Amino acid sequence: MHDFILQFCEINKSFFGVKVLKNVSVDIPRGHVVGLIGENGAGKSTLMNILGGVVPFDSGKMLLDGQEYAPQNPAEAARMGIAFIHQELNLFNNLSIAENFFISDFPKLGKTPFIDPNRMRRKAQEFLEQVNLNVSPDTKVEKLSPGERQLVEVAKALSQDARIIIFDEPTTSLTARETDRLFDLIERLKSEGKTIIYISHILRDVLRLADEIVVLRDGEVVKTGKKRAFNIQTMISSMVGRYLGTLYPERTSKPGNEIALEIRHLSKAGIIHDINFSLHKGEILGIFGLMGSGRSELAQIIFGLDTHDSGEIIVNGSPRNHRTPLKSIQQNIAFVTENRREEGLLMTSTVADNMGLVALPRYLMSFAGIIRQSPLVEAIRHTVSSLHIKVSDPFKDQAKGLSGGNQQKVVLGKWLLNSPSILIVDEPTRGVDVGAKYEIYSIINEIAAKGAAVLFISSELEELLGVCDRILVMGFGEILGIFTREEFNRERILQTAFREGGQ
Amino acid sequence: MAVSPRLSPETMVSTLKRLPRRLLMSEYFIFYLCLALFAVLTPFIPVIASPYNLSNLLSNTWPLFAVAIGQTFVLIIAGIDLSQGAIISFTSVIGASLIATRVDPAVFGQSPIWGKLLFENGAILAHTPLGVPVALLAMILVGLTIGFINGAIIAFARIPAFMVTLVTQMFFAALAIYFVKSENIINLPKGFTNIGADSGLLSIPLVMTVLLAVGAQFVLSRTMFGRWLYSIGTNLRASVVSGVPQRKVIILTYMFSGFCAAFASIIYSSRMEMGRPTLGAPFLLDIVGGAVIGGSSLAGGKGKVIWTFFGVLFLSLLGNALSLLNVPFFWIEIVKGSVILLAALLDVTRTRILQYNA
Repeated sequence: MHDFILQFCEINKSFFGVKVLKNVSVDIPRGHVVGLIGENGAGKSTLMNILGGVVPFDSGKMLLDGQEYAPQNPAEAARMGIAFIHQELNLFNNLSIAENFFISDFPKLGKTPFIDPNRMRRKAQEFLEQVNLNVSPDTKVEKLSPGERQLVEVAKALSQDARIIIFDEPTTSLTARETDRLFDLIERLKSEGKTIIYISHILRDVLRLADEIVVLRDGEVVKTGKKRAFNIQTMISSMVGRYLGTLYPERTSKPGNEIALEIRHLSKAGIIHDINFSLHKGEILGIFGLMGSGRSELAQIIFGLDTHDSGEIIVNGSPRNHRTPLKSIQQNIAFVTENRREEGLLMTSTVADNMGLVALPRYLMSFAGIIRQSPLVEAIRHTVSSLHIKVSDPFKDQAKGLSGGNQQKVVLGKWLLNSPSILIVDEPTRGVDVGAKYEIYSIINEIAAKGAAVLFISSELEELLGVCDRILVMGFGEILGIFTREEFNRERILQTAFREGGQ
Repeated sequence: MAVSPRLSPETMVSTLKRLPRRLLMSEYFIFYLCLALFAVLTPFIPVIASPYNLSNLLSNTWPLFAVAIGQTFVLIIAGIDLSQGAIISFTSVIGASLIATRVDPAVFGQSPIWGKLLFENGAILAHTPLGVPVALLAMILVGLTIGFINGAIIAFARIPAFMVTLVTQMFFAALAIYFVKSENIINLPKGFTNIGADSGLLSIPLVMTVLLAVGAQFVLSRTMFGRWLYSIGTNLRASVVSGVPQRKVIILTYMFSGFCAAFASIIYSSRMEMGRPTLGAPFLLDIVGGAVIGGSSLAGGKGKVIWTFFGVLFLSLLGNALSLLNVPFFWIEIVKGSVILLAALLDVTRTRILQYNA
C-alpha cells in the first residue's frame, strides 16, 4: 500500500485566462485528517472540484493510491471512493433518509425493476448506526436538524464506500453540541482508516482536528506541515500573506448615554421569554448565544419580521409595538440577517440594484415615485468605494459573482445608504474570509463611532470579545447574563451560555 | 472590445464567427428574427408586404401588445395572469350591454340582464350623451376590480397565482357567457366603434397603445415601483426584509394586468363592433407566449416592455404569414406552440452562456 492515498502533482487550472491554481502539489497521507485553509478565492474549492470530478484540470496529474486518476465526472469520482460533503447539503429534503442513500442505485427485488424496501431500510439502518444517528431510515430529511442532515450526508458517503471524505465548511449551521458530535465522528472515521480533507474558516476547529495543514493563497500552496508547526496567528498570516497584528480593530469611540433601543419584558411563547435590555447610542452590544438560544428570533421580532406576544419595544424613546420591516426602516433601523443568500441579497440582480433597494424612498422626486438617478448613482459609487467592495462594475455585475466578504459588504452598504441609527447584524462574518472580517468589523466600528447603536449577534464568542462594548448572553430564549468589557472572560461567558453552575 | 481602424482578414473572420453569438445574446434578437422572417417570406408571399396587409397586421398587434404589457408586469414579479382572456371577454360584454342602441328581445329575452341593463329600445345608457365614456370607464373599472381580486387573494391567502387566476379565468369567462346567453351584442354606437376603426397607420389604438407602452416602461425603469417589481420577482423574502411592501405591490401589479386586459378589450370590441362573450378566449397563448418569446422569464425578475413588443410582433407576423399561405388554423396553433417552446429553449441557452462566461 502507498503511504499517500492521494497526490496532487503540479496541478494547473485556469478559468478564462485567469490562473486559479498554479503548480499545486499536495500529498495527502492515508488515514489522516488534512486541514485545507485559505481565503475565499484562494483555490480551495477549485482544487476540491477537480478531485471530485466537477471540473477538469489543465495540466499536472493526480495519483490516487499510486494510480493515475483523472475523473471525468462526479459519478466517476464517487465510484473511486471520493465523497464530497458540501457546504449546502445535497440531500433531497422531500425523500426519506433511506431513499437518499440509494437514490442512484436502489436495491432491487431480484432481477425485477422494483425496489426492495426491506433490504433498503436494513442497509440504511446499518449506515445510520455507523454515524450514531438514532432515527428511522424512513424519516423524511426535511424533519431533521441541520446537524442530523450532516450526519446523514456522512452516512451516505459511507454507504458509497468512500475512502476520502471532503468536508467543506461543515459546521456553519450546526449547534455547538452537533459540532462536537461531528468531530467525534471524524475522529472515529480516521481511526477506521478513512482519509479526511477538512476545509473551514474556523481555524480553531482546523487546529483541533487536523494532523496536517495545507495553506493555499492565490492558487498556490504557501505552507504545509504538521499541525504542531501552526498556531492561529501563523495560520492567518500565511493565509493573508501578511502579518495581521490584530484580528479586531481598536474601538475608537465611547458609547453615549442616550438610549436608542429599549426592550421591556419581551416575550413570545416558546421562542423568547421576558427579555429586557437597553442599547445606547454609539454602543456595540453583542448578543452571544448558541443556535436555538432565541438570538436570531429576538432580532427578527425587533425588526418586525415576526410578532411578539407581550412586552414593549421602545425606539428612541417612544413605544413601537406594531412592527413591520417597512416601519422599522422608516425609524432608521437596519437589519443584516444571518442568511445572506435567502434574505440579504437579490443574487441575480446587479450590485447597484441591491444597494439601492432600501434607500429608494430617499431618492425620489416628489411626483409619482420617480427615482432621481444621479444622486442615487453617486451614493452607490461612493459606498462601493468607501467600503472597498471589490467589483469591476457595480452597475453591471451580479451580486452572486462576488466573494462572500464582498457580498456581505454589499448588504451592509445597502443599509448604510439609509443612514441607520440602529444597526442589527446577525452573524455578519459567517462564510467570510479573515481579511474581509477585519474590514467588516471596521465598518461596524465606524458606524458606531458616528453615533449609531449596534446590536451584534454572533455564535463566535471571539469576535464579540473583540468588537463589543458589552455582551449579552442568551440561552433557552432568555437572557442569562450581561458582561461589560471589564468583565469579559471567555470561560465565564461560555459557562453562562451553557447554564453550567447556574442549574 | 476595441475596434481596430484597419480590418485585417483575420479580425473580419473572427468578427463574423462571433456574430451569431452576439446576435443571440442581443436583447433585440427577436426583432432581428422578425426582420429575417419578413425578408425570407416576402419573395414567397409578396402580399405580406402590401400596405393593406401591414396595416392589418399592426392593428391586430396593438391590442395584443397592450394585454401582454400587463402580463409582462405580472411575469416580472414571478406571477402569471391566466385571467386576462376572461377579463377581455367579460369587459366586452359589460361595455356593450351598457350602450347597445338596439337589442333583439328574441335573442336576449332570456338573458339575466334583460330588463336590468338591456331593453328593447337599447341598453340602459344608449342614446345618452355620456354613454360611451361611462361604458369605457366601466370596462376599465371592471378590469381593475378583477385584477384586485386576483392580487388580493394571491397576496393575502398566499395561493399560487397560477391557481387563483385559473379560477378567476373560469369564473369570469363563464359569467360573460351567462350574462348574454352566448350571444354577441351588436348595434354599438358610432362613438364606440370609431375607436378601433381602420384609419390608416396612425390609428387611435396605435397612439393609445404606444402611450401605454412608454408609460409602462418608464414605470419599470425609472420609478421605485418598478424596482420593487424586479426585486420581488428576484427574491421575495429579501425584498420584504428590505422594506418592500410586497402585498401592495402584488395587488397593484395584478390590477395593472386587469387594466391592460380591459384596455385591449376596448380596442378589440370596437374593432369587431360587438360585445362578444368569448372575445378573449383565443388570446391566452399569444399573450403569455409573446411575453416569454420577448424574453420575460416565468421565473420572475426579468422583462421589458420593448421585449414583449418584439415577442408579440413575432407571433403576429408568424400567424399572419401562415394564414396568407392558407395553412389551416390548427397548423398555425401547432407552429406557434413550437415557437414558444423554442423561445424557452433560447432563454435557457442564453442563461447558460452567461453563466459560463461569468
